[in-house]
Amino acid sequence: MKTILKQSLLAVMLLSGWYACKPNNAGNASSGDASKAYVAPGKYDEFYNFVSGGFSGQMSVYGLPSGRLLRVIPVFSVDPEKGYGYSEETKPMLNTSHGFVPWDDLHHTELSQTNGEINGKWIFANANNTPRVARVDLKTFRTAEILELPNSGGNHSSPFGTENSEYIVAGTRFSVPPDNSNGDVPISSYKQNFKGHISFISVNPESGAMDLAFQIKTPGINFDLARCGRAKSHGWFFFSCYNTEQANTLLEVNASQKDKDFIMAVNWKKAEEYLKAGKGQKMPAKYAHNTYSDVTHSATSEMKTEVVVLDASVLKDICYFIPCPKSPHGCDVDPSGEFIVGSGKLAAIIPVFSFDKIQSAIAAKSYDGEYEGIPVIKYEAALYGEVKKPGLGPLHTEFDGKGNAYTSFFVSSEVVKWNIKDLKVVDRAATYYSVGHLCIPGGNTRKPSPKYLIAYNKITKDRYLPTGPELSQSAQLYDISGDKMQMILDFPTIGEPHYAQAAPADVIRNNGQLKIFKIGENKHPYFADGEAKSKVVREGNKVHVYMTAIRSHFAPDNIEGIRMGDEVYFHVTNLEQDWDVPHGFAIKGADNAELLIMPGETQTLKWVPNRVGMFPMYCTDFCSALHQEMQGYVRVSPAGSSTPLSYSVGKTAPSDSIKSK
Amino acid sequence: MKKIFAMGLFACMAFLLSCGGGGDKSSNNEASSGEAPKSMVADASSYDPKRGEGKFDADNLKIEATLNAEMAASGEKIQGTKCASCHKTTEEKLVGPGWKGVTTRRTPQWIMNFITNPDPMIDKDPEVQAQLEICLVRMPNQSLTDDDARHILEFMRKNDGLK
Repeated sequence: MKTILKQSLLAVMLLSGWYACKPNNAGNASSGDASKAYVAPGKYDEFYNFVSGGFSGQMSVYGLPSGRLLRVIPVFSVDPEKGYGYSEETKPMLNTSHGFVPWDDLHHTELSQTNGEINGKWIFANANNTPRVARVDLKTFRTAEILELPNSGGNHSSPFGTENSEYIVAGTRFSVPPDNSNGDVPISSYKQNFKGHISFISVNPESGAMDLAFQIKTPGINFDLARCGRAKSHGWFFFSCYNTEQANTLLEVNASQKDKDFIMAVNWKKAEEYLKAGKGQKMPAKYAHNTYSDVTHSATSEMKTEVVVLDASVLKDICYFIPCPKSPHGCDVDPSGEFIVGSGKLAAIIPVFSFDKIQSAIAAKSYDGEYEGIPVIKYEAALYGEVKKPGLGPLHTEFDGKGNAYTSFFVSSEVVKWNIKDLKVVDRAATYYSVGHLCIPGGNTRKPSPKYLIAYNKITKDRYLPTGPELSQSAQLYDISGDKMQMILDFPTIGEPHYAQAAPADVIRNNGQLKIFKIGENKHPYFADGEAKSKVVREGNKVHVYMTAIRSHFAPDNIEGIRMGDEVYFHVTNLEQDWDVPHGFAIKGADNAELLIMPGETQTLKWVPNRVGMFPMYCTDFCSALHQEMQGYVRVSPAGSSTPLSYSVGKTAPSDSIKSK
Repeated sequence: MKKIFAMGLFACMAFLLSCGGGGDKSSNNEASSGEAPKSMVADASSYDPKRGEGKFDADNLKIEATLNAEMAASGEKIQGTKCASCHKTTEEKLVGPGWKGVTTRRTPQWIMNFITNPDPMIDKDPEVQAQLEICLVRMPNQSLTDDDARHILEFMRKNDGLK
C-alpha cells in the first residue's frame, strides 16, 4: 500500500511538474506558450470573441483563449449552409432601398452595455458598402434586425454605442449629396453639394428594437471611427474625421495635405434637447427596416420614408472639432472617460485629449475659428499630452483598466503598451503582420477584463501552411496579465477581421440561451402541428407543402401531381424538441440552397422544377443512425397533366389523399 | 488501494491548480467556466428498472383507477405534435414501438420518467437498450412539461382500453 502511495505521488509530481509548472521565460515568447491557450477537450473557453468578418459580410465567434471557431453568424451576406437569404423567411432581412442585396462588408462589432458594462443581450454590426446596422440576438446567435441608413455612403464609423446602448451611431465615411437632393451633380462640386451625416439609432432597452432617432448633418468630410464618452463624459461621442481638404480624387495624396484633421466631439444630450424642442427637420428619405420574429419564424421588411435631421452648422453647440494630427483613424476613450486617444495614421506621435480640458475650452471659447460653421477648439486647449515616438502608423487603442493603453501600429507591425498618465511606452510586442484592430475583453467599457489581448492582422504571408495565392486571415493572442505582453497563440480566422469584441463566457452563456424553439409557440402561417397536419395544397400554380421532419423521416415523403409551371413551397417544420437536432432539407435542381431547420421552427424553400421527371429530396444534416433513410420523392409531370395531386408517408400506393383548392 | 490512488489523484489536482499560471486564474487546468460533457457511459448499478430514472416515483405520482377523459384528450393533442411521427397507437412499430399495451408492460412512473428524461434511461435501462438495437434511433427529448407527460400517460391508458 505504501509503495502504491509513493508511486502515485511520484507520478503526480512528475506530471504536474511538467504540465503545470513549465517555466515561462522570455525565450518562448516568440514561439508561444501553448499551455496558456490550451483548453482541454470538453472544457469551455473563458471568453466569447465576436469578430467582424469583413468582406465575407458575416460575424465569426471564437472561444478564447483556444482560438476555436464556435460559429459563423450570417448577417449581411447570404449563407447557403444555413439557408440564410435563401429561405423565403430570411430573404426580407437583406432587403434595402436598392432591393435585395446579398452581400456586404462587416467591419465592426459592438456588444450592448448597461452602465458601461457588457450586458450580454445583443451585438451590433455595420454594413460598410450599402449602409446598414444589424442587431444579433445573443440568445439565438442570429441576426434579429437590420436597419438601412439614408444619406450615407460607406458606413464605416459604426456601430459604436453609448454606455446604456441608448444609441448606436453610424457616421458616413463618404460624404454624399443628401438623398432628398439631386445627386446628379458634377463630382467636382464636392465642396458645395456633398454633406456628412451621423446617424443616431435608438435601441429599445427591453426588446432591442432599433429606430433611426435622428441624424446630424455635418460638413462634407470623411468620418472614420468613433467612441462614446463614458462615466464623466457620458452624453458625448467622439468621431475621427479625415479629408478635411474635401478632396474627391486621389485621396491618398489629396486628403493628406493638412497637418491636422479633426476629432469631432458631439454633445448628444444637447442634440436630444434640440430634438425635443422641435429643431429637427423632417427630411424625405427611403430606407429599409427589417426584423425577424422567432414566433412566426419569418422576417418582415418595412420601407421608411422620413428621417429627422439636425444641422450642426446651425445648431452651434452640438458639434466641436478638435484638431488631430495626420488623418486620424482610431478614436478611443479610456475606461474613466477622461482621455480620448486619437491615432493619426501618418503621425509620429499619439495625441491624448482631456475631456475636462475640452469642457473648459468650450466654456472659455478657446477656438481657432470655425470649419464650415463648426467651432474648432485650439489643439493645445484640448490636449492632455502626446506619446512621443511610439511607432509607425498608429491605428487603434484598447485599455486594460489598470492605467495602460495598447495601440496597434500597422506600419511597424507591433502592439505598443503605454501608460495613460505619464504617456511613457512600457512594452512592445511584434505582430505577424501589419496589425489593424486590437481587442481586450471589455476593452471599450468601464471595466475591462485585462487577461488577453488579440491582434487582428491585415497580412498573413508565411504564418500557416500555404494554400495557394489566397490565405486565411491571421490573429494573435497575447497574455497581458503580467508586465510584459506574451504571445500565446496564433490562429487563422475567416476573412477579414477588422474590429472585434470579447465578453466573459458567463455573461453570454447565462443570458437565457435558447436551445430550441417551443413548438407550442410556433405561429408560422404554414406550420404543421404534428405529422397528422402535414398536407399538400394547390392554389393555382402555387403548391404549398406543409411538411414535418423528425428523426428520421419527412411527412409527406412521396408527392405526385406537381406540374411544369408550378411554384412549389416546401414549408418544413422540425418537430424535434431537443437541443442540437436540426434537420436539413434539399431537393435536386433547386437553384437556391438548402434549408436548415432548428427544433420547433418552420422554414420554407421555394422550388420551381425545370423539367419533367423524378426529383429526390433528403435531409442534409446528419440527424440519426437512419439519417441516410430520411428521404423522399417528388414526381413532376408535364403542364396540363392529369396526374392528380397526391401525397403520403408510409404508403406505397397513394390514392386516397388528394386535396386541392 | 482504490482509496489511496484516489488520494494521489486528489493531490495531483491540488498541485495542478496551485501551479497553474502565475497567480491569476489559469485558463487551462481550472476548467475555466466550463463543464465536462455528460458521459454517455452510465453507472447502471443503482438503476431501478421498475421505476426508471427521473423525478417520478410511486409516492409522488398518484394514478386513479378510472380514466380522466379531459387529461386524455389533452394528451392526445400533445402526442399529435410531439410523438405521433414515430409511434403508432397500435402495436405496429414505426420509428419506435407502437403504444398498444404499453401501460400494462411498464409502471406509470417508468413511463413518466422515460418520456421526460429519456437520455439517462436509454443509457441505463437494459430493455431500452435492447429496443435501441431494434429501432437504432434514440428517443428524442421532446421537452415535455410534467403536465404534458401526465396527460400523455392518461392518453396511453385510454389507448389501452381504460374507461
